[in-house]
Amino acid sequence: MPTMNMLQAINNALDIAMAEDEKVVCFGEDVGIFGGVFRATSHLQEKYGKARCFNTPLVEQGIIGFANGLAAQGGVPVAEIQFADYIFPAFDQIVNETAKFRYRSGDLFNVGGLTIRTPYGGGINGGLYHSQSPEAYFVHTPGLKVVVPRNPYQAKGLLLAAIRDPDPVIFFEPKRLYRASTGEVPEEDYQLPIGEAEITKEGTDVTLVGWGAQMEVIDKAVALAEEAGIACEVIDLRSLLPWDADTVAESVLKTGRLVITHEAPLTGGFAGEIATTIQERCFLYLESPIARVTGLDTPFPLTLEKEYFPDHLKIFEAIQHSVNF
Amino acid sequence: MTQTIYAPDFMTGDEFSIPTFRVLNPEGELHDEAQAPELTRDHARRIYHAMLSTRIMDERMMAAQRQGRLSFYMQCTGEEASVVGATAALDDADMIMAQYREQGALMYRGFSFDEFMNQLFGNELDYGKGRQMPVHYGSRKLHYMTISSPLATQIPQATGYAYGQKLAKEGHCTLTFFGEGAASEGDFHAALNMASVHQVPVIFFCRNNGYAISTPANEQFAADGIAPRAFGYRMHVIRVDGNDVLAVYEATHQARKIAVEKNQPVLIEAMTYRLAAHSSSDDPSGYRAKSEEETWRLKDPILRMQKWLNHKEWWSDDEETETQERLRREVLETMKRAEKRPSPALDTLISDVYADVTPALQHQFDALKQHIRRYPEAYPRGAKSLDLDVRDVANHAGGE
Repeated sequence: MPTMNMLQAINNALDIAMAEDEKVVCFGEDVGIFGGVFRATSHLQEKYGKARCFNTPLVEQGIIGFANGLAAQGGVPVAEIQFADYIFPAFDQIVNETAKFRYRSGDLFNVGGLTIRTPYGGGINGGLYHSQSPEAYFVHTPGLKVVVPRNPYQAKGLLLAAIRDPDPVIFFEPKRLYRASTGEVPEEDYQLPIGEAEITKEGTDVTLVGWGAQMEVIDKAVALAEEAGIACEVIDLRSLLPWDADTVAESVLKTGRLVITHEAPLTGGFAGEIATTIQERCFLYLESPIARVTGLDTPFPLTLEKEYFPDHLKIFEAIQHSVNF
Repeated sequence: MTQTIYAPDFMTGDEFSIPTFRVLNPEGELHDEAQAPELTRDHARRIYHAMLSTRIMDERMMAAQRQGRLSFYMQCTGEEASVVGATAALDDADMIMAQYREQGALMYRGFSFDEFMNQLFGNELDYGKGRQMPVHYGSRKLHYMTISSPLATQIPQATGYAYGQKLAKEGHCTLTFFGEGAASEGDFHAALNMASVHQVPVIFFCRNNGYAISTPANEQFAADGIAPRAFGYRMHVIRVDGNDVLAVYEATHQARKIAVEKNQPVLIEAMTYRLAAHSSSDDPSGYRAKSEEETWRLKDPILRMQKWLNHKEWWSDDEETETQERLRREVLETMKRAEKRPSPALDTLISDVYADVTPALQHQFDALKQHIRRYPEAYPRGAKSLDLDVRDVANHAGGE
């Protein structure tokens, strides 16, 4: 089985999708001959032609407006927003149009073919505008699906599932892991389920929940915890909308403790939603308060990124606190 | 070709003047140098019938709104020639992505009064399942995209839709309607630029009707209307008298050729006037003079076409009277039918959010149904669509 980094896995997924279905069209800023600023769309224009893989003008609201129209026509657009920090000009098209297309027309029309790929997250010295994790804004919007992969294998399988899913999907790619994360990825076509979490490690003392790049950070924290004799159960949510509350609840019924972590700021972050749902479902089984390890309620900093970041030590501390409560 | 100058010389665009294309004068006669488009008698009558039907439905439904039978309404009044004339120049299978005031387009394509009324009353037969406010029509079979309230969002979507038509190579195009106010939105600029860069068969049809709710056009933009913007995108553009149905038809007919044969976008600016209020919630007396409205009433597009048809002996006063009476009767009958029909079933609350209902949403819905069972009299529409015994509901309500 070949080894790929996350970009190669994403590129490979796009290649498979475009080869299989001529309705699949990839576009965005610098996506054409250059292959995107991160090279996720490398060689696709050469292989499938300019009509199916192309640069757009620098206008995010136009990219998603165009993508909505193409999807409504029956196309399968894979639109790239160069950084998740720049998705906001397209917010109206995504929240008011993409998400409501099927509902408002009574299913006469839909944009289910649409996938929006966008790199998110910090750890690359990107400061305010190349580091944000805006998933919570979109998770608050019925009609969208929101997916975040943690490694190359997940990225390929989830992206292929997203492209073929009958509903529009925002696919947040952890850009810090684009080249840093490598692993074995099958060359053939495969899909991973949207809406199902994965237990990546079993344990009995405390449940840890995260997604995307934060899973690597959780693993480091768990290594410290295990040294301290704490058995951790680790869950990668993979899909935030819809999200797999059953798997998390089942785990917390067993461990009685839950630590949730994300890079985005605390207030209004998705950890709040998870915490509420789990306390509803596991109230009498909880041994300690549900903990959230997140970014601060500030814009994403630059020189103080390390201090801001919900790193493995902060998570480890939260695990200890939860276990010793 | 780039020309070099050696002293600063600023330009404003006033160097260009964009003419207005006209065919009919207000008396319904051809201007001296103008030619009538090639329209058969049947086609001309189909156009006129759609314009007249739109006017009569609008009058009746606005009255129904005033009677409290309808929550909201928007009239196409004064703009029927722009909307129907443009639609008539398309192939019936071309996509139309409208703003909200273009019911004339659907009328032309054969949307029935029943279909209009079902949407307006949001009953169980509404294609949109009672989810949107009145006038948010849509029809897949008539290639008319369901209306969305946010302004201008349909414009870049039209570019994308037309791009798909270009890839499909079936010889179809998309026409998108919008007002001169909506053209201030960023989506307008995004759409025109992308259409021009990607050479897309789309027609951008601006109904410049003078007002965005209360804001007059001269507070909307400083330039000579919307048309000059096409220069910035190197796009074909034409300005047309929007109350002259023959001019609108011919301009759109030629625009469609450019779109479909050359895969190039076209901007049409139709100069017209919103004779009615913005909506049933608006009162124009607060921001414009009656005399201004009267001036435009003299340029009524329907009267102008009627006169032309009469000159051609394709229409008669008797036919006019009979048709108006018949249309009024049909609108009234279908309205009575539609308002009696029940609301959509309760489960349409959660269907179509996704292709399939998610387990989490189903869970929320089950909780809602249990709540309604406990308080059935508080949710009459919901209770009716539950499997409740009607006598139980009556007893429960009577006991309080």
